[in-house]
Amino acid sequence: MEITININGTDHTADVEPRWLLVDHIRTGAGLTGTHIGCDTTSCGVCTVLVDGTPVKSCTMLAVQADGREVTTVEGLKSADGLHPIQQAFSDEHGLQCGFCTPAMMLVGAALIDENPAPSDDEVRWAISGNLCRCTGYMNIVKAIQAAAAAAASSNGDG
Amino acid sequence: MTDTTTTPPEIGGVGHSVKRVEDARLIEGQGNFLDDIALPGMLHMALVRSPVAHARINGIDTDAATAVDGVLAVVTGELMAAHGLAWMPTLSGDTQAVLATDKVRYQGQEVAAVIATDPYAAADGAELVDVDYEMLDAITTPQQSLAEGAALIRDEKEGQTDNLAYTWETGDEAATDAAFAGADRVVSLTTHYPRSHPSPLETCGIVADVNSVTGQATIYMTSQAPHAHRTLFALVAGLPEQNIRIISPDIGGGFGNKVPIYPGYVVATAASLLIGQPVKWVETRTGNLISTGFGRDYYMTGELALTNEGRIQAMRVDMLSDQGAFYSDAQPTRYRAGLFHVCTGSYDFPHAHIKCRGAFTNKAPGGVAYRCSFRITEASYLIERLMQTAADELGIDPAELRLRNFIQPEQFPYETATGFVYDSGDYPTALRKALDAAGYDELRAEQAAARAEGRLVGIGIAHFTEAVGAGPAHTYDIAGLKMIDSAELRVHPTGKAILKLGVKTQGQGHETTFAQIVAEETGIPATDIKVIHGDTDDTPYGLGTYASRSTPVGGAATAMVARKIADKARHIAAHLLEAAPEDIERDADKFHVAGSPDQAVSIQDAAFAAYTNLPEGMEYGLEDVTYYNPPNLTFPYGSYVVVVDVDPETGVWKVRRMVALDDCGVRINPMIVEGQIHGGLTEGFAMSSMQWITFDDDGNCIGSNFMDYLVPTAWETPRFELLETVTPSPHHPIGAKGVGESATVGSPAAFVNAVVDALAHLGVRNIDMPVLPDRVWEAIDSAGG
Repeated sequence: MEITININGTDHTADVEPRWLLVDHIRTGAGLTGTHIGCDTTSCGVCTVLVDGTPVKSCTMLAVQADGREVTTVEGLKSADGLHPIQQAFSDEHGLQCGFCTPAMMLVGAALIDENPAPSDDEVRWAISGNLCRCTGYMNIVKAIQAAAAAAASSNGDG
Repeated sequence: MTDTTTTPPEIGGVGHSVKRVEDARLIEGQGNFLDDIALPGMLHMALVRSPVAHARINGIDTDAATAVDGVLAVVTGELMAAHGLAWMPTLSGDTQAVLATDKVRYQGQEVAAVIATDPYAAADGAELVDVDYEMLDAITTPQQSLAEGAALIRDEKEGQTDNLAYTWETGDEAATDAAFAGADRVVSLTTHYPRSHPSPLETCGIVADVNSVTGQATIYMTSQAPHAHRTLFALVAGLPEQNIRIISPDIGGGFGNKVPIYPGYVVATAASLLIGQPVKWVETRTGNLISTGFGRDYYMTGELALTNEGRIQAMRVDMLSDQGAFYSDAQPTRYRAGLFHVCTGSYDFPHAHIKCRGAFTNKAPGGVAYRCSFRITEASYLIERLMQTAADELGIDPAELRLRNFIQPEQFPYETATGFVYDSGDYPTALRKALDAAGYDELRAEQAAARAEGRLVGIGIAHFTEAVGAGPAHTYDIAGLKMIDSAELRVHPTGKAILKLGVKTQGQGHETTFAQIVAEETGIPATDIKVIHGDTDDTPYGLGTYASRSTPVGGAATAMVARKIADKARHIAAHLLEAAPEDIERDADKFHVAGSPDQAVSIQDAAFAAYTNLPEGMEYGLEDVTYYNPPNLTFPYGSYVVVVDVDPETGVWKVRRMVALDDCGVRINPMIVEGQIHGGLTEGFAMSSMQWITFDDDGNCIGSNFMDYLVPTAWETPRFELLETVTPSPHHPIGAKGVGESATVGSPAAFVNAVVDALAHLGVRNIDMPVLPDRVWEAIDSAGG
């Protein structure tokens, strides 16, 4: 069936099988491979994207369910102004090692600081508890998200 | 933090926390992982796996699968056998089925493969392959396996009359037994280090592209050891090695899981060869957890002979390992139980004897070094748990017991009872520093007060010593390939450089840290050095990245090749300065005549001259390659202190503090070192608290997905407090020892010791990992607490 999904600000119209997962559509249909697949059971979260601004595990949503909605992937974080504060913070704070969970972690972090401009350590850990990382032990991911929150608050003039 | 820098930040040599160059692509979603690779005409493969643990195959019906729209072929063991590829060698000298022809020997074993135009069609086809299984009883423990009358699992293996996979022993049995016979005290511990799985977030996969006209095989593969894999492909498949190009792209975590060659790789390559199109296979998570290299699964009994004062006199170990259906440990040939004989730990005593038997069972094969240097995790766990047991039995404080038995700083180089020669260390300083940071004396006082109130507080200590960086060619090989490694450095006329490595990162940051080593040795800024790795057509030979060997071996090769380049540059600088080479000194990035720092030639000037203005008789260019054969292993160590609160009503335990002191010698990039320690501590916490793979009596794998196989999230993971001492390795060119696995090796015993310590006054001496709340509750209950 034909669907149109706005991915990172651009409408993508495609004829997809109803059973195709959103993650497969993003990776194969739209050719955006920054969204990864890690577990098949909605457990690891490396496929997380934002659907209308909310983190969603795209291995557990059909592409057709995203028809008419706005999807943000890691490729959509950067703007004309440069890197999103969360991207800069992940690099500055050494919040990534192999980088496989990183796109999803950054999107969850970005969504969190949109809602909560100064999240505590516990609040960050709770927010990312649906996303696994095997390399970092989470310490620097938490630091990165808090640093991004501080940077965003500061650039908004209220920090 | 210890400052070991000798270069300014703009050069960014050893000791600088240089930001990672890898990050730029990874934070923008521009990494190139295996599943991101798409080639024109690429087909997709799905594996058919056995749903049962032990059964005879009476037939395979592929008609329904072949009829699926988009399915091009179904590959069975019969087809593979026609090409001599139904079986393949393992890294421990056994053979393993590629696709089963006679029997399936574990749940998840590969039985057939479906090749289709898209992954959904391949999966549809795999569902419809109909295999006629004749069920056999499953053997699910090594104890059953070696019992009298047990059915023969490996009935196809010539000369195999029982389920014994191997035996191994080391040490002096007579001297050890004599020491035990005369000992004041003997303490023992029997424990199981459970089966675990590395489970990197990216599963294993391959894109095999075999050109049937040219014979060129370009193989993209999740490989921690691309050069070794190229040679093994050549030997197993009979392909000419010059026509095999293994490309290991960005890897989403390895931890040992991506060292072996798995059946899926072989089938996809054969399918590409037969069909003439590229074939992609990406493992499912369940496939990863139930069929690829597990870690651990050792049943261990350890004993210490001690004096009444707590001085260790000897150690005795008897072990039984569960190898699964095929013996496929990825480990040096000479050592059947890896480097387990490092189990004498950090302690000075003269005698040890270790024996081990491995048994075949109806479980997945593996025995990979899951974030450790070949069974060192099991060894470290056993000695550090035994130290806790001895402390509790003898009534000596566990910190004091360790201090009484440590190898002293002046004893290095120190030869252990099992023959390792430890390079360097200052164990008492490390432990005291960790204890001070934790506030050990206050914690013990608090513990006593808490017990009086009925609360349970535990303080766990582990002081581990690892043996990493395999290894010297006289002793270490895998499948006959000596465990050397290499680096090639090319400096271009403008002074920018390319460094090519035999090792391959999986997140360790080699593109950053190896450039720092070159910066340290040549003065070329790290940001001017591009690191290339993972492509066998474009890098010199090496055995790959696992067992914490990249820095000890590949890092040493990098330092040595950079020294060759710096030396040639010095000769060129002498020519430009019209001075004798022996009068030339280097300060960071400049050469000058001794005593005349104002007249200087930069490394960039020397590089340009290497292509334009050479001294008479010198060969043009500024390039070289080094193959490094390490003279010894390196021996990182650490002191960990864990504080836990245990709820006596539920058995739930929470980590209040985790203080981790690591001494990995010189730290190339402190930021990256600390990141690796964080990750390693988390995996140690995982194994001690939740992460294990079990099987039911029929051999069904419990733990076949991330809902049953528990990997800690940010919510459960403790916060860590890191400390360091720096004791350089005397034989490594830059004094580094390697660190990637230290925390996984050292921390499980610290966590378990903490929980046992909380219950020690009740008489509890052991709880097997994972220390689940119900096990803690039962331990309290049966102790009458």
